[in-house]
Amino acid sequence: MTDNSYSQGPDQDGHFGIYGGRYVAETLMPLVLDLDRTWQEARGDPAFWEEFHSLGKDYIGRPSPLYFAERLTRHLGGARIYFKRDELNHTGSHKINNTVGQILLARRMGKTRIIAETGAGQHGVATATVCARYDLPCVVYMGTKDVERQAPNVYRMELLGAEVRHVTSGSRSLKDALNEALRDWVTNVESTFYIIGTVAGPHPYPELVREFQAIIGREAKAQLMAVEGRLPDTIVACIGGGSNAMGLFHPFLDDRTVEIIGVEAAGRGIKSGEHAASITGGRPGVLHGNRTYLLQDDDGQIIEAHSISAGLDYPGIGPEHAWLADQGRVSYVSATDDEALEAFRLCSRLEGIIPALEPAHALAHVMKIAPALPNDHVICMNMCGRGDKDVFTVAQALGVNL
Amino acid sequence: MSETRIDRRFADLARQRRAGLAAFVTAGDPDPHLSARLVSGLPEAGADIIEIGMPFTDPMADGPVIQASSQRALKAGMTLTGTIDIVRQARRHDDDTPIVLMGYYNPIYSYGTGAFLRDAVDAGVDGLILVDLPSEEDRELCLPAVEAGLNWIRLATPTTDSKRLPNVLSHASGFVYYVSITGITGTHAATRQTIASAVDRLRRHTDLPVAVGFGIRNGEQAAGIARIADAVVVGSAFCQAVADGLDDGKGTDSCVDNALTLCEAISHDVRKARA
Repeated sequence: MTDNSYSQGPDQDGHFGIYGGRYVAETLMPLVLDLDRTWQEARGDPAFWEEFHSLGKDYIGRPSPLYFAERLTRHLGGARIYFKRDELNHTGSHKINNTVGQILLARRMGKTRIIAETGAGQHGVATATVCARYDLPCVVYMGTKDVERQAPNVYRMELLGAEVRHVTSGSRSLKDALNEALRDWVTNVESTFYIIGTVAGPHPYPELVREFQAIIGREAKAQLMAVEGRLPDTIVACIGGGSNAMGLFHPFLDDRTVEIIGVEAAGRGIKSGEHAASITGGRPGVLHGNRTYLLQDDDGQIIEAHSISAGLDYPGIGPEHAWLADQGRVSYVSATDDEALEAFRLCSRLEGIIPALEPAHALAHVMKIAPALPNDHVICMNMCGRGDKDVFTVAQALGVNL
Repeated sequence: MSETRIDRRFADLARQRRAGLAAFVTAGDPDPHLSARLVSGLPEAGADIIEIGMPFTDPMADGPVIQASSQRALKAGMTLTGTIDIVRQARRHDDDTPIVLMGYYNPIYSYGTGAFLRDAVDAGVDGLILVDLPSEEDRELCLPAVEAGLNWIRLATPTTDSKRLPNVLSHASGFVYYVSITGITGTHAATRQTIASAVDRLRRHTDLPVAVGFGIRNGEQAAGIARIADAVVVGSAFCQAVADGLDDGKGTDSCVDNALTLCEAISHDVRKARA
């Protein structure tokens, strides 16, 4: 990595400073190296990107719009607020950007079966979608806790032809779905491609997922230049594993005037211990193939995360975020369940956009900072998913029986 | 590296012209007290090598039986400090049987690698098997462990091709652990024919003894492996024996007795396999 850049990582072994790496069982190691070779070839092949961008345009619906949230801006009375509207993508979130890229890699490797893990179900739906499109059998692992709270997405996956396997081990949420997916992968290593949903896992996953999601930031930058004639002052995104955030952030990392903020899920409050804020409330450790910030006890045992948002309910974070936090380039803050719910309601009423509970956390932070900022301050927030899937969860949280 | 308990044990087995039995149990299962009794009883029950699992919340390479075993141990308050203490207790009764710790890296990283190696050596640990530290990450713990005088036991698998094998075997000592299936612990077994050719391939690359594990659950299967490998690893079957002794989820003397009885039976079959 050069001294002056925040965007050159990882090194060839997948390290961002002390983070990242390849902490996987020997059985998987040859395949992980094979994937790296395929990925390095593909990223240098114009034909690969041509197919990626063609699907982006005609299948996903890219570029996603940049929208000036006029009523929200007026309501908060300070900074000008833009939404990067990746919730308008096919399947309703940014996750499809990555699954399109990875299914093309799976085809290059000649794999005949796809597996994935999912929390909120958005990555599962996006994976099931590309598997239908390319006629590959698909198994999605999902914790039973998430199956209950994201029922619409479970049925969507099944409609798309995927098999949803309910995971009952551990905390029955995203981390346990990941464990089961890894157990499947190690068992079916010859035939199977594992489409990981976030910027985590063994190298090269954090790098390749970032590259597929960076389309968000590149588009946003060009769109902001077109409407504002300059770079934004602040960009904001929510963080579970951190793929939508890394996608928005990465093209801006070396634009030093741009303030970058990642918003973790504070659940019932950091002090309550029931949260999913790995950077705010965790410390470095090794899990799921990489070193990163983890929620863990004094003995190095992983602590169950909590968030009202199933997509943020994970006790770790992508290793590049861990590095950017240590470097001080990105500020990592948090928003509670209640703050996210408030943002969810406000956005629905003021803008006619029902956000997913995940970006509602980012919006909650925008609501905290925007009022005190001047009128010419430009904020761009990633509206990375739509809230249809969360209607039942929100109703329950607000004491409404549907 | 000077001769270790593991080296001496395999030299001894070679003189006896038989394979060894490596018995895996999880530290702290079903509780710290009964676990210490179980571990201490293994040598007399015929275990030639003791593998002690360091329980972890997220055992990615383990099947349901060892997952449940780890969860029982953690629920009963097991920690890495407690695991090392079980080794120390076992060493009071037996100074010859090799003890190998097996598990995942995060609890060790959290403990501090330097402190861990010091305390493990001091307690009488002989070797380490770390599931999620492939040779690419040798600087983390492998090289310091070798420096501290511990054997670094490497896992080789059906996917480890001949090109990769020299890297995998570098810094390996004590023995090589061949994972006989692509998969998690305690599931299906590979055929003897497949295992025999894999063991032959390993022997062309190393002079280290070869132990074979994953999917071996009874005396008959163990005896089959004992004819082709230098040691047989049995794990899930012992953890299941412990589970079978639970009374309403609580540990009982039967947990220990079940596992030790099974160990005696399997050891008997392993010992006569080449007779």
